[in-house]
Amino acid sequence: MKQFVGQNVKRKEDHRLLTGSGRFVADIRIENMVEAAILRSPYAHAKIKNIELSQAKDFEGVLDVIVAADLKGKVKPFTEFVEFTLPPQLEADIKPTIKKNPEPMLAEDKVTFVGQAVAIVLAEDRYVAEDALALIKIDYEPLPVVTDPYETIKENAPVIHPELGNNIQSHFQVKVGDTTHAFRQANHIIKTRIKTPRVSGNPLETRGVIAEYQERNQQLDVWSSTQVPFMVRSYLSKLVGLVEGNIRVVAPDVGGGFGPKCAVYPEEIMIPYLAMKYKRPVKWIEDRLEHMQSTRHSRDQVHDVEVAFRNDGTILGLKDQFLLDNGAHNSFALCCAYNSAAHLRGMYHIPNYDITGRIVLTNKTPNVPYRGAGRPEAVYVMDRIIYMIADKLNLDPVEVSMRNFVRPEQMPYETGIFYRDGANMVLENGDYVKSLQQAMKIAGYEEFRQQQEEVRKNNKNIGIGFSSYIEGTGIGPFEGAAVKVDSTGHILVGVGSSPHGQSHETTLSQICADVFGVNPEQVSVRAGDTSLLPYGVGTFASRGAVTAGSAVHGASKQLKEKFLLIAGEMLGVTIDELEMQNGKVYVKLSPSQFVTLQEIAQAAKPGPRCKVPKGIEPGASATYYFVPPTVTFSSGFHVAVVEVDKETGFVDILRYIVVHDCGRVINPKIVDGQIQGGVAQGIGGALYEEIIYDKNGQLVTGTYMDYLIPTAMEVPEVEMGHQEFLSPHNPMGIKGVGEGGAISPPAAIANAVCDAMRPLKIEINTLPISPNKLRSLIEEAENAESVLK
Amino acid sequence: MSYCNVKIKINGEVIEKEVESRWLLSDFLRDKLGLTGTHVGCEHGVCGACTVLLNGEPVRSCLMLAVQADGLEVETVESLAEEDGTFHPIQQAFANNHALQCGFCTPGFLMSVKNFMETHPDLPTDDEIREAISGNLCRCTGYSNIIKAVKEAYVLKC
Ligand code: FES
Ligand code: FES
Repeated sequence: MKQFVGQNVKRKEDHRLLTGSGRFVADIRIENMVEAAILRSPYAHAKIKNIELSQAKDFEGVLDVIVAADLKGKVKPFTEFVEFTLPPQLEADIKPTIKKNPEPMLAEDKVTFVGQAVAIVLAEDRYVAEDALALIKIDYEPLPVVTDPYETIKENAPVIHPELGNNIQSHFQVKVGDTTHAFRQANHIIKTRIKTPRVSGNPLETRGVIAEYQERNQQLDVWSSTQVPFMVRSYLSKLVGLVEGNIRVVAPDVGGGFGPKCAVYPEEIMIPYLAMKYKRPVKWIEDRLEHMQSTRHSRDQVHDVEVAFRNDGTILGLKDQFLLDNGAHNSFALCCAYNSAAHLRGMYHIPNYDITGRIVLTNKTPNVPYRGAGRPEAVYVMDRIIYMIADKLNLDPVEVSMRNFVRPEQMPYETGIFYRDGANMVLENGDYVKSLQQAMKIAGYEEFRQQQEEVRKNNKNIGIGFSSYIEGTGIGPFEGAAVKVDSTGHILVGVGSSPHGQSHETTLSQICADVFGVNPEQVSVRAGDTSLLPYGVGTFASRGAVTAGSAVHGASKQLKEKFLLIAGEMLGVTIDELEMQNGKVYVKLSPSQFVTLQEIAQAAKPGPRCKVPKGIEPGASATYYFVPPTVTFSSGFHVAVVEVDKETGFVDILRYIVVHDCGRVINPKIVDGQIQGGVAQGIGGALYEEIIYDKNGQLVTGTYMDYLIPTAMEVPEVEMGHQEFLSPHNPMGIKGVGEGGAISPPAAIANAVCDAMRPLKIEINTLPISPNKLRSLIEEAENAESVLK
Repeated sequence: MSYCNVKIKINGEVIEKEVESRWLLSDFLRDKLGLTGTHVGCEHGVCGACTVLLNGEPVRSCLMLAVQADGLEVETVESLAEEDGTFHPIQQAFANNHALQCGFCTPGFLMSVKNFMETHPDLPTDDEIREAISGNLCRCTGYSNIIKAVKEAYVLKC
């Protein structure tokens, strides 16, 4: 029987998206709809002394203007996302301090970052709404601003939220082994500071929300460009005090997410509330300038790291104290920070480890997870360290890596700490040694080294750098799927995940089709809609294929079992005499006796003709929730080959190689697409992208003219190699792949640039590697060299 | 508020409508004509998602007023496929090569590529294709499948 899992089945999503008939939030229009525009704070920290609305309210075409006072007692503030609170065993282990940090829907008596929402205008169209924004007069009294993570933890720093006492919102420590002892045993210690700056995920579609309330049945319909419609529904119900069952949240076609759309935002609560209040559909579409200011940013970590190692490169211990500058609020508990701590050692066996993380608040936009979620930062630290050890010992970095890898024979490897889901963190399988060898073979490492020497004579600087990553993927707590066969024999699958480019309609139909032995064309998948299932989680954290894929697999199998039972009843045989193939159930020994899926589905209907065996509920559907025991570890290597123009500081990526393991591959083209796209974002983080605030907390990179997203000119085609170590944690052996591509590029590229500039011994420990930054490093190194001479 | 009458040939059909003179072409197409295939990604002329053809030339409809298109011809993504849904060769090549993920940027790419192929009838090099699409941002695909698709579109069109 033909299997579709593993095949390049063409995407079901493409027809509508290619013909312009997709339906994104902004494409939805509802009769009698008003449009919202939002006034945002121009100050990073200021008291709101007075708000004058009358002119705006009187403006022709304006329905109303809403400020914080109007929401008092009606809409509660965000406190924390309980979905991200720590499991008790992890909490007991690391004993964190996490201060509650409520965030108002609209700024009340003060603003704490530029871009914070202060007022909402509802008007006949967006043009009029924006006209009215200009008529709102707010009297601000500026307060002292803090934008630097080190400044903000000082005793005398202005405290952003006085109720927290200071600007340190969270604190935790993870310890394994005995670093003090390990550091005493070491031949060498390196101490350094490594920084990953703040970036913005920047999906090409901005956020947007539309809500419509029908009073006659109290039904509230919300369309939002989100990765987590179930979470939006839950908070909408909690914060506005609504019956959850009356709310339907739909994520229609969503133009990319990457993490920023995996938070619930004030607009997703307020716009529906206003639609109820004014009994008119309300639409709010964020523009890009708002997006840069108010859609959550990410990364922004500084690590002070110390590593102890022997003369042969064996790492004995690692100590790290890091700060995560989370901006003005944190509602995600320790999410990214703990991910960094858990992943920092990566594939390396480092038995003595001591890391302390502090999440600090500044007058900047709050942070949320973004593709990689704490891992790119950790990988950047670890793989820069590997290169620094190699430099110090005059060894090849490949050799240093090889010396420290967790070996296949050590697997499953206990890391000695908990994962964020509360399970013991165990690297289940993989072969890192082989994987790096494979990557270096594709890169032609030996030949490259020769060539490098050759061209150096002509003053040409080329370099090669690699980076490794592991990633806990497919985090729980669960994902659901409902599979049913309708009376035409067509299979319908509904899932709780919420794709935005991941191709769930295609890949999940492949999984279901294989269980029933039909063509994926006979299967339709729907996602991103809270009406499909009672419970769902969403699409983030490289979890879609693992969790929704396993849920579809489970639900399909359950329904198949039921169909075999019904077919047995119809054909008068026992279930083990039957097999399902090509959309039919046959009697194995007499294939001319069969019933079709359509006939079975009809026989599943309740009533006198029902053929469902006694004791089983009628109906042609099954629902299954997949609850993963823990995450499953994907892994991979990235190799960058670069040329550095010493005069300009410009870095050109000549080749980029990825070898990775994501377990069972459902659709190779789609997997490769995820990697290529992830690498492009990683290249952005390595060379171009940085969210910059000035001293006053003004956003300097607020447009696509200042915040540089890589174009086709900057992203090479990634050469790929695959490994397939099936995960033992789910029935199909899938591991997640969504984020892997974005995790390693900063480290691989920084290492390659350092390698190209090796004669000058440049260390690149901050990002992005912009021409002016690199140029000044080169200049410094050259000056130092000439002084020595 | 000032209004103007415009007469624009859009996807082969002449449309006469009164439009507020400050309305952007992108908003006019999307909100007044329901042609929501043209997407708005940045509204400041950088991302290229809003690209349409004006008298055959690619323009950013977020940087133009609707009234500036008066008397001219506009083509949007909705004009590409045949009435029965059969893909234009460029669309087919995009589908064959997994050249889109979320699909938000795609209409802009399709229109840029259409003009590029019309003005560069011979199979271009990869670098020429990269340059041709460098005015369109895609945050999902990392571009390499788009480049493959453009090459295949050249093959499909003959
Ligand atoms: S929306 Fe027009 S260029 Fe971005
Ligand atoms: S496919 Fe998502 S932006 Fe291009």
